[in-house]
Amino acid sequence: MNPFTKLTAVAAPLELDNVDTDKLIPNRFFRKARGNGLQRYLLHDIRFDAGGNERPDFVLNQEPYRKAQILVSGANFGCGSSREAAVYVVLDYGIRTVIAPSFGDIYFGNMLQNGMLPVVLAAENCAALRAQLRANPGAQITVDLEAQSVTGPDGTAYRFEIDAGPRGRLLQGLDDVGLVLQHLPEIEAFEARYRSEYPWRA
Amino acid sequence: MMAARTLFEKIWQRHVIVSRGADEALLAVDSHFVAEGSFHAFGALAKDGRRVRKPRQVFGSPDHFVPTLGREQGLAGMGDAESRGLIEYLAHNAREYGFDHFGIDDARQGILHVIGPELGISQPGLMITCGDSHTSTHGAVGAFALGIGASQNKQVLATQCLWQKRPKTMRIGVEGALGPCVTAKDVILAIIAKIGVSGAVGHVIEYAGGVLRAMTMEERMTVCNMSIEAGARSGMVAPDDTTFAYLHGRPYAPQGGHWEEALAYWRTLPSDAGAKFDREVTLDASALEPMVTWGTLPEHAIAVTGSVPDPACASSADERAQWDEAIRYIGLAPGTPLAGIEIDRVFIGSCTNGRIEDLRAAAAVLRGGKAAIRAWVSPGSTTVKRQAEAEGLDRVFREAGCEWRAAGCSSCVAMNGDGVGAGERCASTSNRNFEGRQGKGSRTHLMSPAMAAAAALTGRITDVRKLAS
Ligand code: SF4
Repeated sequence: MNPFTKLTAVAAPLELDNVDTDKLIPNRFFRKARGNGLQRYLLHDIRFDAGGNERPDFVLNQEPYRKAQILVSGANFGCGSSREAAVYVVLDYGIRTVIAPSFGDIYFGNMLQNGMLPVVLAAENCAALRAQLRANPGAQITVDLEAQSVTGPDGTAYRFEIDAGPRGRLLQGLDDVGLVLQHLPEIEAFEARYRSEYPWRA
Repeated sequence: MMAARTLFEKIWQRHVIVSRGADEALLAVDSHFVAEGSFHAFGALAKDGRRVRKPRQVFGSPDHFVPTLGREQGLAGMGDAESRGLIEYLAHNAREYGFDHFGIDDARQGILHVIGPELGISQPGLMITCGDSHTSTHGAVGAFALGIGASQNKQVLATQCLWQKRPKTMRIGVEGALGPCVTAKDVILAIIAKIGVSGAVGHVIEYAGGVLRAMTMEERMTVCNMSIEAGARSGMVAPDDTTFAYLHGRPYAPQGGHWEEALAYWRTLPSDAGAKFDREVTLDASALEPMVTWGTLPEHAIAVTGSVPDPACASSADERAQWDEAIRYIGLAPGTPLAGIEIDRVFIGSCTNGRIEDLRAAAAVLRGGKAAIRAWVSPGSTTVKRQAEAEGLDRVFREAGCEWRAAGCSSCVAMNGDGVGAGERCASTSNRNFEGRQGKGSRTHLMSPAMAAAAALTGRITDVRKLAS
């Protein structure tokens, strides 16, 4: 997993509350694998019309925002099912961090599992950031995980909170597999003992 | 002296490799199940350049996307290239990493939660994982069986370990004697109706009491299966002689001298007298009647003798809004008696009620009769299908005008195309009656296999007890 330390990138304003997992990737694309253009299905039914053509009024279909690596959204981003495809589709589009007043519980955890940074800022701060991004298409935001700060296009910095555990894992780029394998000696000792105590499981 | 411990605590402690903080632990996973829906986990594993660490402890079979027609042709019979690709990808991963795989044309293929116990892979005292929310089914043998997400699925494949927050414990004691035609499905629907769909959030349930002790293994599986529908992390039943007799001689069960060793350990697992649970709930089973859901949540279950409730009688504003919405979707007026509601379709199968005893119960009702509406039966595994055919149950179903399908998840979730049409009402033995669960616009009424068979005969929701007399 790539470490997340500091990201300065184009940000896109998403003027929507309750962007649920079914909006992020509609159910019918459940069988699509990654690495094969999964990002095409991000917010599919909002980005494209029934004929599969881009809706020009949607933010990610407008030129400077297409390259966005940061989303600033309304409340309750990622509510809905536990399906991780809804995280993959955002990440594969190239977005590494989402800033929102709140997130779906499971989605928040799934983002962290996949090396993405969910940033919770007060609703009025999110709204202020979105207004600046709308006024200056292509403007950049800086998200600094080390300093736990978000700096908007106008230079205003906002502090955000994140638990020490996930923060450390993101900074080091350790996913849960990496974290588990740090304990390999204990795991192997456990397994040897287990096999001797439960020989039918050997 | 050691403090009295619950079944769950014994299994948990047995599997802790290291602890993190007060209530988180790295647990050793004994057996991990994968289906074709695990493709994201395998994709991520390959992308990270990792391999399956303990292939002997991983078991796979396709279930969600397999067709239930034309299966004699195996993969070649699959018209849908995307679904076929997922099934091929699972087979490819089995070859690549060397884990046991019961493929689309294997005699042992089936829904993972049916074949785990059936093959003797699921055993007492084990820690079992699978990327599916109904993994709790395996807890019926006295295991801690946990449904997990895609990242955790990858984590288990890569390490055979899993970080877990320790759940709380809840004991649900079911006492009394079940009345005629009242089944395990009715017991679990009654439990969910009582405690609600979030009644057990954060808990592992141990189902106990005289009714559970008297149940067969397959009945206990039906109960444990729906633990997630009450929000529980998992469900389990203490192993006893019924468990041991069920497992004895199954292909993956301990053999020879190992059997006695395993048995001695398994007998130590049941909760100690005086063990403390975080919560206790009791249910008097003697008052139960056959249950049917009227709405769009499993907790919307009432006796078949009841009527669709009036949202005005809901206990809170939130519940009232939820009932209003459920009633709108399901298309029934408050006060409508459940018995007599017209049904369009019947589905008998799934990991809840797709086992041989379920098929026997449905066939007993259908024998000699004729289905009034379209009804189909999809056994939970190919082994169950063969067994049913050996007993002549397939003939009973066919003669009653039911379709005898191949094994898989089928209409429980309709991912393979076995959908229920928009606006159609289905009497189903599965576990979820959510909006659109059986297909866009489908309306689901959950019930037991005998009740579903009765609905097939009359084309209406029917109290099977009246049919029998
Ligand atoms: S039968 Fe239904 S509930 Fe069971 S595993 Fe399949 S889709 Fe899930």
